[in-house]
Amino acid sequence: MNVDVRPRIASDAQTRLGVVDCDIHPMLKNAKALLPFLSERWRTHHETYGNHFKHPFPDTTPYPRSQPALSRQDSWPPSGGPPGSDLAFMREQHLDPNDIDSGLLQVLFPTAASQRNLDYGLAMSRALNDWQVAEFCEPERRLRGSVIVPQEDAPASIAEIERCAASGYFSQVFIAPRIDEPLGRRRYWPILEAAARAGLPLGMHSGGYNGHASMGGGWPSFYVEEHHAGVQSAQALITSLVFEGVFERIPDLKVVIIEVGFAFLPAFAWRLDQHWARLRSEVPHVKRPPSEYIREHFWFTTQPMDEPERPEDLRHTLDWIGWDRILFATDYPHWDYDDPARAITIKLSETERKMVFRDNAMRLYGLD
Amino acid sequence: MDHESGVDCDVHPAVPDMAALLPHITPEWREQITIRGIDHLDLTSYPPGTPLAARPDWRPQKGKPGSSLAMMQTQALDAFASRFAICNCLWGAQAVFNADFGLALCQGINNWLAAEWLDREPRLRASIVVPWQDPTLAAQEIDRMAPDHRFVQVLLPVMGELPLGRRSLWPIYEAAARHSLPVGIHAGGAYRHAPTSVGWPSYYVEDYVAQSQVFQGQLMSLVYEGVFTKFPDLQVVLIESGFTWLPSFMWRMNKTWRGVRIEVPWVSEPPAEIIRHHVRLTTQPLDAPPDPAQLDIVMEQIGSDRMLLFSTDYPHWQFDGTQSLPANFTPALRRRICVENPLDTYPRLKENLQ
Repeated sequence: MNVDVRPRIASDAQTRLGVVDCDIHPMLKNAKALLPFLSERWRTHHETYGNHFKHPFPDTTPYPRSQPALSRQDSWPPSGGPPGSDLAFMREQHLDPNDIDSGLLQVLFPTAASQRNLDYGLAMSRALNDWQVAEFCEPERRLRGSVIVPQEDAPASIAEIERCAASGYFSQVFIAPRIDEPLGRRRYWPILEAAARAGLPLGMHSGGYNGHASMGGGWPSFYVEEHHAGVQSAQALITSLVFEGVFERIPDLKVVIIEVGFAFLPAFAWRLDQHWARLRSEVPHVKRPPSEYIREHFWFTTQPMDEPERPEDLRHTLDWIGWDRILFATDYPHWDYDDPARAITIKLSETERKMVFRDNAMRLYGLD
Repeated sequence: MDHESGVDCDVHPAVPDMAALLPHITPEWREQITIRGIDHLDLTSYPPGTPLAARPDWRPQKGKPGSSLAMMQTQALDAFASRFAICNCLWGAQAVFNADFGLALCQGINNWLAAEWLDREPRLRASIVVPWQDPTLAAQEIDRMAPDHRFVQVLLPVMGELPLGRRSLWPIYEAAARHSLPVGIHAGGAYRHAPTSVGWPSYYVEDYVAQSQVFQGQLMSLVYEGVFTKFPDLQVVLIESGFTWLPSFMWRMNKTWRGVRIEVPWVSEPPAEIIRHHVRLTTQPLDAPPDPAQLDIVMEQIGSDRMLLFSTDYPHWQFDGTQSLPANFTPALRRRICVENPLDTYPRLKENLQ
C-alpha cells in the first residue's frame, strides 16, 4: 500500500468530493505488451528497428531520472511490471483511496510523436490508443484516454483524432510540446482544427524529443535542469499559439498545460502583453493582448504544485490566473506525485475546492 | 527622472558599420575584412529598424539608433541625470563561428568604445565584450582590458552555444573573478540553437519574449554547474532580461532542487538563496502588470531589495518619458535601485578616475 512518511492530515471536508485527476500515467506491462495492438508489419519493425529518435538512446533518456521508472518507490505493483501498468493496483493504491471519479491518462512511454519514421509513429499512435482503451478505459470507466497522434504527419493525425473521438473513450488529444516546430506554426493547424472539431482539448504534456536544445542557450548537463525546463517549453508553446493567431483562426480550441505548474503564468503574460504592444505591427493577425487569449483558451494542471515561499502567494497567483482555469492533477505514479489531501497548502473555500478538484475539469472535458 | 545621480546599467552604443571599427582592429584582420568585404554584422536579435530598436524620440534621422554620442549624452545621461551609464555593445562579434575572428572583433569593439565613447564622455563606462567562442581567448581579452577601470563588467550574450555554467567556459569566470569584475549577461545572441526548446518561432516578437526563458535556463546552469561554488565572489547581472518572472522561477527551482539534489551535491543551499546573493537584474523591460499593486507583490516576492539595477535600455523603446520606474516606488527604493545597488554591484564606479 502507500508508504506514509508523515501522518495524513485529516481533511476538513467530510463530504465526498469526487476528484478529477488530470494527469495519470499508465505504463505497458513489458516490452511485448504493445505487440497485440500492432499489425505484423509493425510488430516486426518494433522488434527490429524500434525507436528512432533525435537523441542518442532508443530505449532511455539522455537525462537519467532521479528515480527508477520516474516513479514513487511504493508504486511498483506487487504482481510485477512497472508502476502504472497494473489497473487493479492503480485502483487499490490511487483511484479508490483518493476518491478519484475521473482520471485523464497521459501515455509518455513509448513516445509516438517523436518517432522520426512517420509511418512507425502512426502505427505506434494507433496501437497506444487501442491499448489505452483495452487495458484501462474500457475496463475502468473512471479513466479517460488522451489521443496520441504522430504530430509531424497532419493527415494521419487528423484521421486518428477522428477515429478515437468516435470511440467515446477519449477526452483530449495528447500533445508533446517538443516537436519539430512550435505548435502554432501553420503546418500543425489542420491537427489543431481537427481537435477543436472533435470537441477535444489539447493536453500539452511536458516532453518530446525534437533535437532542439532544452533551452535557447544550449543543452544542459543535468536532469535537475531538464525537469525544470518543461516550464520554459510550455511558455514557448503558449507564445507560439498566441502569436501565430491560432485562437483567431480556431476560436473553439482549448489547451491544457500539463505537468509544469502554473505560477510562471502571470509574469509571463505581462511580458507577452508588454512586447505585443510594442511589436504588434509584426503580427497584425494578433488582434488582442496575449493575456486575453491565454485567459480564454488555456487551463493549467496543478502538479507539480508550485510552492511559493510565502503561502499566501499561492492564493495571489491563483486569483490572478482564475480559479476556473486550474485543474487538479496527481501525476500518479511519478516520484513528484501530488497527494490530493496534501498538495494544496492553503485553505480553500468549498467552492474553490470543488472547482479545482472537480468542476473545472468536468466542464472542460465534458465529463458530466 | 527616476533618481538623480543614478547609474544607468544598460545603454547601447551602436557600431555604425565595419569601417568605424577597422582602425581599432589588428592589421591582419583589417586586411582580411577589407579583402573579403566583411560587414553587416548587426544581430538578428536587434534589427535596427524595429519599434523596439529605438524610441521614436531617440531614433536618429540618419544612421543607426545609438550611434550618436551627442544624442546619448542628451537623451540618456542628461535627461535622466545619470552619474554614469554602462555601455553594452551588441554586435556580431559574439555570434561569428570563427573564434579568432570573434576575438579580433571584440578587441576592435573594446578599443572603439574606449576611444570613441569613454574618452569623450567621462560619465560613460563599459562592459568588456569577449569571444565566448573560445574561453581562453575571452580570458585573454579580459586581462587586456581590465586594467582600464572604465571597463566595469564582462559581457556575454544569453544565447551562445553552451549553457553558461558549463565548465569549459570557466576560464571566463576565472578571469572576471581575478579582476573582481561582474559578468553581465545580455539578451540576444548567436542563434546556435533555436531560441526555444520547441523549435524556431516565426516572429521576432516571439524570439524577444523567449529571452526571459533563456535567462531562466542560464540561471539554472550557473547555479547547478556550481559556478558560484567555484567562484564565491562572482556577481552576475542579467541585462534586459525582465525580472517579474524571478520569484515564481526561484520557487520552482527550490522545489526541483529539493527533489533532485542527489544529482548536484555541490549545490548545498537552496537555489533561491544563491540567486539572491549572486545575481542582479536590470529594470528594463519592466514586464509589469497593469495594476501597480500586483508589481508591489512581486517586489516583495523577490525577497531582496538588493537585486534590481536601474537601466533605461537606451535607445530601445521600453517606456516613454523620463520616468522609467513605477510612479509608486518610494524615494528610498529608487535610491536603492538607481544608486546603491549599482555602486555595490560595480565597485569600480566608486573609484575616482579623474
